[in-house]
Amino acid sequence: MSEYREPAAETPEAGTHGGGSEGQARGASVTPGDAADAARLVGYGLQPKLLPARDAEYAELIRRHREDPAFARLADAVAAGLGLIVLEVSPRAGMALAAGEDSVFAVRMGDYARRAASDAGDRFLHGLAHLAAAALAFPRPEDLADDGYIGRITVNGIDAFVRQACRRLEEKADETGENTDPASDAPGLEAAWRVYTRRSATGATKDARRLASSTTGIIGKAVAFLVDSGFLQRTGDESGGTYRTTARYQLQVRDMAGSAAMAELLDLGIVPVADGTASLVPAAEDGGQDLAVDAGLPFHAHA
Amino acid sequence: MSVAPPNVWGVTTTIPYSLPGAARPAPGPAADEGLARRLKALACTAPLHDLDARKANLAGEYSVYAMAEIALASIDLVTLNMDFDTGADHDQIVARLLPRVAAQAPARAHAEHERVARWVLENLINVGSADRGFRAVYGTFGADGGYVRRDYDFKLIEEVPGPGGGVYLRTTDEAVNVLVGALDTDVTSAQIAAEVKLEVLISRGRLADAQLAAEQARYRTVQYAETLRRTLEATRRNVRAVDWLRTVPDMIAEALDHVADRYRHENAILTNIRKARDEAEEPEHKRRAAELVDIVKDCIRRHTQLQSRLLEAGPLFRAEQDRQAFAAPPARAGLDLYGQLVAPLLPIPVEQASRVTDAFFARGAGFRTPSAVRVTDLVDLLLTPPLEREHLGAEMPEPDLVATPDDSRFSEEQLESALDLLDLPHDAPRRLSGLLADARRRDPELPYLLALLAIHAASPPVGTAYRQGEQRLLFAVDDGTPLDDPEFGGADLILGTARLDAVAMSAARAEPA
Repeated sequence: MSEYREPAAETPEAGTHGGGSEGQARGASVTPGDAADAARLVGYGLQPKLLPARDAEYAELIRRHREDPAFARLADAVAAGLGLIVLEVSPRAGMALAAGEDSVFAVRMGDYARRAASDAGDRFLHGLAHLAAAALAFPRPEDLADDGYIGRITVNGIDAFVRQACRRLEEKADETGENTDPASDAPGLEAAWRVYTRRSATGATKDARRLASSTTGIIGKAVAFLVDSGFLQRTGDESGGTYRTTARYQLQVRDMAGSAAMAELLDLGIVPVADGTASLVPAAEDGGQDLAVDAGLPFHAHA
Repeated sequence: MSVAPPNVWGVTTTIPYSLPGAARPAPGPAADEGLARRLKALACTAPLHDLDARKANLAGEYSVYAMAEIALASIDLVTLNMDFDTGADHDQIVARLLPRVAAQAPARAHAEHERVARWVLENLINVGSADRGFRAVYGTFGADGGYVRRDYDFKLIEEVPGPGGGVYLRTTDEAVNVLVGALDTDVTSAQIAAEVKLEVLISRGRLADAQLAAEQARYRTVQYAETLRRTLEATRRNVRAVDWLRTVPDMIAEALDHVADRYRHENAILTNIRKARDEAEEPEHKRRAAELVDIVKDCIRRHTQLQSRLLEAGPLFRAEQDRQAFAAPPARAGLDLYGQLVAPLLPIPVEQASRVTDAFFARGAGFRTPSAVRVTDLVDLLLTPPLEREHLGAEMPEPDLVATPDDSRFSEEQLESALDLLDLPHDAPRRLSGLLADARRRDPELPYLLALLAIHAASPPVGTAYRQGEQRLLFAVDDGTPLDDPEFGGADLILGTARLDAVAMSAARAEPA
């Protein structure tokens, strides 16, 4: 949680030219040097893999941001001016920034994966990979809320888990005798799980790399991208690559992505009911057969 | 009721005593006493089994009734209904027994139910016999080694006079001890069985088996420790995930009982084995006893460890409860990513689902700093000559290499020679025997290498050769001819070269790509 946060729109007086002194009720005029420091802090924040613990100057600027409200407002204003949202400023996460929707820093799906721009199925799978990675990184609501929580995920684990969830839906559809084959003239009406089920989990390639269009390939791309965003740290190669979450990822999912996706879902008229308890529960002692194979997580969904 | 039940029945009639003393299962008077005690306990159950065996003799079809069940139920009823100075009323017991009897055969008449209930009760009293009791015969070895048969008389339900001159029923001590108390054990309990076994074995000097039993007991302790560890770990994560109201206190109490019990047992055992170790004459026995001492010591160490953990469990729970209960509640309601996003998303049409995943991606993937290029930088960059390699860094220190001795069995020349021999024309395969003979002429070591290569060729890596675009491939086929060779045995393989169609292959490869 940020110690100090202010909506970007409310900081007109914190200009970058040091001319805001007359507008500041709390005295302490802003010098160009302060503005430079504030901008430098934002610059540090734009290097998502850099942590204050690794850089003395960064740590000092973080400390100043937390202790000097005027400086904090200045830095936040610089960020807002660049189209960035400050999620938190703390020694553990550094200056955690998120890109506003129209910011130059924002990543667009079409730039992220070329095929996603033209193929609706690919577009969905790439998005789902990011969502599923977050869901397995923070399996319980309290994991997302607990600042000290570190999630661990694996590429194969995410795939196995989503695949199992899809298979359940398939079984359910079979039980009710429902025909899930989409009408050929309306591919957009195909159930989402079918798109995932249809896509192969992996595939052989000439150079022994992961098949980019397979689901593990898509998930692998997502986690690699998240590593570059400073959201995950790679810890090993087992199960297609193992990763652990960073404080920034938790902030990003909690404060930005989760609520945005929820809003979109509500907009579709789907109101998921939750009582605050986790829908992913630890497996029973003997419930091994119900777990997704090599999901790498001791969790399974309620039937 | 018309048939008088037998009041004497044999448990042991003959015991073959031709075996040498050492092989006797239970040597010594102490062990015999245990056997006798168990025989007596077993005898107490016999009248119950007898009821089921004799129900066929009753006039009428009574096989539908489970007599032993009714008998145990009536013993329970009598035990529960007798008060201190009088006993239970005969008719009352029959009346209370009737629902169970009726449940066993609902279609039968009430009169028959009552008849069965009375029959069971009277047989438990053993009305037909003179002393209204039972007798079992068992045998023991006397101090002089002679075999003595003994009678054991007992009662299950006895009739006692009441204050008003009436007759009341009471269950005897035997019935209470065996049929109410002793039978009421968890016969499948691995822990109890292991304990009993250990004690018995130790007391009989069966050290090898005792060792096994001690190890089993230790295993149980480890299981307790493991359960406790898991519970505490879960508590540290979330106090509410663990039932600290009942389950865990029960488990801790059980484990503490276990530790107390084991500690007492094992110290006793330890004393016994130490004695056995010190008194043992045979080196093998001495060694075994010494091993067992170590195992039991380890058991005791583990019990102590478990106990200290158990004692820490309560404080840990309270500390965690304080920490978790008074921790600031999360500022935001936790979002259940799977339950509220992934799960509702999967069943809906992909078109709609994409809107949600797009929203998540747009705000959840992080940002990228766009790389901006200035034209002046670009010109500089393009005109800068590539850096010379030596400017890259400090000079590498000369590595201190130690030459590893060449321990390969065959030299490069030998390999070349063998490959040369195997370079067969594709239309003229050869037998392994001939190739071996050729090889032997060149070099006495060469046949081994050649044989190895031939065996490899028996399962040629076709797929690899195919992918790497090889032109030809050595293969070996076994046509059943045995190999006649002074050094090697097996099949006289036919070795040949197959030509691979590299062009067609690469065309086939290109297709799926």
